[in-house]
Amino acid sequence: MNNPPDIAQDPAEHEEYAHGVHQHVSRYLMVGGLLLFFTLLTVALSYVDFGGFFSWLFHIHVSPDGGRKLNITVAILVAAFKASLVGLIFMHLAAEKRLIYRVLVFTGLFVLALFWLTYFAWYDPITR
Amino acid sequence: MEIPYTISTRPDTGLWNAKIGIWLFLASEVMLFGGLFSAYVFLRLDARPGEWPHGLLNVPIGTMNTAILILSSVTVVLAWAALKMRRYRAYWWYMLATISCGLIFLFVKLYFEWPQKFEHFGAFIKPEAREKYEQYLGNHHRESKGFEPRIEITGHLENHEALHDPNAKEYEIAVDPVFLDPNNPVNDRPHFLFVPPTDHVVKIEKEDVDRIDSFGPWHSAYFASYFTITGLHGAHVLGGVLVFLYMWLPVSKKVYQRNPEHLANRVEVSGLFWHFVDLVWIFVFPLFYLL
Amino acid sequence: MDASTSVDTHHDPHAHGGEHEHHELGFWRKYIFSTDHKVIGIQYGICGLIFLFFGFSLMMIMRWQLAYPGQALPLIGEWLPYIFGPNTMPDGKMTPEFYNSLGAMHGTIMIFLGVVPVAFAAFGNFVVPLQIGAPDMTFPKVNAASFWAFGVGGVIMLTSFFVPGGAAKGGWTSYTPLSDIADKGPGFHMVLNGQSLWLIGFVFLITSSLLGAVNFITTIIQLRAKGLTWMRLPFFVWAQFVTAFLLLLAFPPLEAAIVMQLMDRTAATSFFLPAGMIVNGAPLHISGGGSPLLWQHLFWFLGHPEVYVLILPAFGIVAEILANNSRKPLWGYKSLVFSVLVIGFLSFIVWAHHMWLTGMGSTVSAFFQTTTLLISIPSVIILSAFFISLWGGSIRFNVPMLWVTAFLPMFGIGGLTGIPLAFNSADLYLHDTYYVIAHFHYIVAPGTIFGLFAGVYYWFPKATGRQMSEFWGKVHFWPSLICMNLIFLPMFLQGMLGMHRRWYDGGQGWTLSGEHIWGLTGFQWNTPISWAAWTMGLAQIPFIINFFWSIKHGKKVDDNPWQATTLEWTAPNRPPHGNFVTTPVAYRGPYEYSLPGRDKDYTMQNEPVEESERRPRKVTEPLLVG
Repeated sequence: MNNPPDIAQDPAEHEEYAHGVHQHVSRYLMVGGLLLFFTLLTVALSYVDFGGFFSWLFHIHVSPDGGRKLNITVAILVAAFKASLVGLIFMHLAAEKRLIYRVLVFTGLFVLALFWLTYFAWYDPITR
Repeated sequence: MEIPYTISTRPDTGLWNAKIGIWLFLASEVMLFGGLFSAYVFLRLDARPGEWPHGLLNVPIGTMNTAILILSSVTVVLAWAALKMRRYRAYWWYMLATISCGLIFLFVKLYFEWPQKFEHFGAFIKPEAREKYEQYLGNHHRESKGFEPRIEITGHLENHEALHDPNAKEYEIAVDPVFLDPNNPVNDRPHFLFVPPTDHVVKIEKEDVDRIDSFGPWHSAYFASYFTITGLHGAHVLGGVLVFLYMWLPVSKKVYQRNPEHLANRVEVSGLFWHFVDLVWIFVFPLFYLL
Repeated sequence: MDASTSVDTHHDPHAHGGEHEHHELGFWRKYIFSTDHKVIGIQYGICGLIFLFFGFSLMMIMRWQLAYPGQALPLIGEWLPYIFGPNTMPDGKMTPEFYNSLGAMHGTIMIFLGVVPVAFAAFGNFVVPLQIGAPDMTFPKVNAASFWAFGVGGVIMLTSFFVPGGAAKGGWTSYTPLSDIADKGPGFHMVLNGQSLWLIGFVFLITSSLLGAVNFITTIIQLRAKGLTWMRLPFFVWAQFVTAFLLLLAFPPLEAAIVMQLMDRTAATSFFLPAGMIVNGAPLHISGGGSPLLWQHLFWFLGHPEVYVLILPAFGIVAEILANNSRKPLWGYKSLVFSVLVIGFLSFIVWAHHMWLTGMGSTVSAFFQTTTLLISIPSVIILSAFFISLWGGSIRFNVPMLWVTAFLPMFGIGGLTGIPLAFNSADLYLHDTYYVIAHFHYIVAPGTIFGLFAGVYYWFPKATGRQMSEFWGKVHFWPSLICMNLIFLPMFLQGMLGMHRRWYDGGQGWTLSGEHIWGLTGFQWNTPISWAAWTMGLAQIPFIINFFWSIKHGKKVDDNPWQATTLEWTAPNRPPHGNFVTTPVAYRGPYEYSLPGRDKDYTMQNEPVEESERRPRKVTEPLLVG
């Protein structure tokens, strides 16, 4: 999807451009609907016992703790998908300039470093 | 003195100033909420069995609030599109819708969700006394199934004066429904629909209680994180609403008349902030309400 | 010599090209609530310098206690209680609580109210738009908001001295659980206590830095003049650019942690409080479940990039003045740029070297030791490039150059003494000793602050049209340099003896400090150190007088008194609103000193490239870029 171009105040250029934006409107509405659907899906899935389901599917025993971890994973995956919809479509990231991407990539790296390195430092035991 | 590239784009970057500015600001906000979420992760990982509660928040209301915020994200991008298409009237209505959604979100949180918490109490039963209240806690059943134990009895506190009166020997709690049927597998996990406390009053002796707290930030690491993150998020919602108000009031029409692209850019920039606020909520909602 | 060869400069303060300025702004809009980057830069500069001197004075009071513990401080000790409260120094003798307050606030004020505002905000605001040929910052109103947030934060921090209980006492690092429970209880106000005010003030300071960072980055990206490509930027601009990114991305997790600590203090949460805590013999009524380690990780996630925030602008200032006064281009420009970018990136993943004693395992320790040692490499590259830049130069030892020449070995000592601390095994011994204090002070005090002084003397003419007195500049310089070394060199030895920092009695009561080094015990070394510190305080007085006197009575100079090459020297002294009458165009790099075949030993960036100068171009090199 192309980011709507920077339009001049020239009415002729604007007419053509306005038509382009109009096409995007339906896209926004569709994404909005998808987000609402996935919200309801998140809620529904959180009441599904994935531990029990996996136990049944793979004939293994999954503890309630493990089951909870599965639920968390599913919920975060759905949330990440919803977030990417908001980011790519509503925030125009899909058509954004390289510079913005670079800033966000570094931010993402540092956030991951914050989480992962702290986790690493927290749980790496001093004695083995 | 005009600052260049306020509205037109600089050729080599293809961007106008405020667009870079807002994305930089959002990068810092990612780090801010990242810090808060990292606190959530480590506090939850470190919680001892039973200490991290589940099912204490009202999921239907939370879901509705989520839907309202998503709706407001849709209306704000439609408002921006309307401005780009030079339809000021449509813009005005979409912006009003966005502001209203934001205000409803805040209203629901501040008048329904939060106050409800301060009326709801939990008495933490001392480990050695839990056997005595087994009929309410149902921990034998939970242990046999590998679930975390229930360590508190929750409900509506009937005798508030017992909190301060040293002569009062027990707490009278009108318990939540789960404590009247703790061994029923249906009650192993939280329910979707919110059910208020029953009328059944259980008397719990003070000497069996470690501490008794309402569901405020002081209750547990869970509620501490909940109130802090939703509080800071709510402050961001309020900030966004105020900015949108400024863009909606007649003063914005003057900007539109002077240079419509200028207002469109301002709305885009504030819209980006608003979408970010929505993004944060997309993660907050499952992490606190559902998991 | 005159900058007006290629740019039409006239000193009409009403000269402007925009459509909006049709009236003179009133006094308040022009000088107090200004949105002009130069005014804001000067506001930051003066406030920052005042805070630096105030923070320094706090340390001078501390040094009495360290040299003469338990003794009444003559004269000053009698009227200090009138300022700071009667409980601070009864009979002129310092209480331990007051010592701790002084220590915590010395650190906080010097870093966040002194160095960062002067190095980043003041110099950055004043110089960067001029150096890139811009009329102002991209967001002038945000710039003003940033300054006033800093002002509010500073006022709150100062106010904390005057509330019951006095200012924060838990160190500038505010470690939990102590900071969660300090300044609470009978006699303390719920919010208006030292520790909570420290937290609230800090939120304003962080906000100020974040807004400033957004402004700097956007300005440098968007408002570079025509022809000013990234690799033609003065190194000072690169340094400020990376510094801005560090502030932008590293501060927020600390802001999150500060909010959590405030919640712990006011809303009875337990983010950083574990279960089972007993205070004053009674168990705390908290939920528990929190972790003091969490605070440390979030704090140092900022804390480490913060130290690079303190040094990088100084690197930038040194680069400019060094090139200017050796009359040759900086050696290794590309290496400098690459190094500063690598420092910026690596600084985010080294923070746990401040936490070697928290019980981390060997794997994660190995990771952080590796990244910490790696980050020393670009720092060495930068310092080496500076040294090599001197080689073969025709060096002028004016006052800015004196400070810069001193910076090089001083920062070298500071940086090299950090290497043992990078190893968790060596740090087991050295952690929290005076060795650490000496290490970081060498970098910030005869390091950064010397760079800042150099910058003040160097850019003073651009801001005021007059030059500071060279003689009094030297009177300021030599005692400062000597005293800095007298203060901090013995501290390395004290630290290696095992003397701990934050001891209220200066190590008097501790046996190991009875060992002798060069004839004195560790404790006895406190006395000459203290006297050097007080002398150093005296040495700043010529600077203060010189600074204010020269504004009105200094020698008047032309637009380019240092015969420098960068774009700020093409603007008139005391540049008008909008800076340049005609927008400059850059045709060449920033350090075209001593170009062969020219009559002048410097060529300014906006001087067009003549045919005679053209040489075969590499395909990647632009001829004239838009």
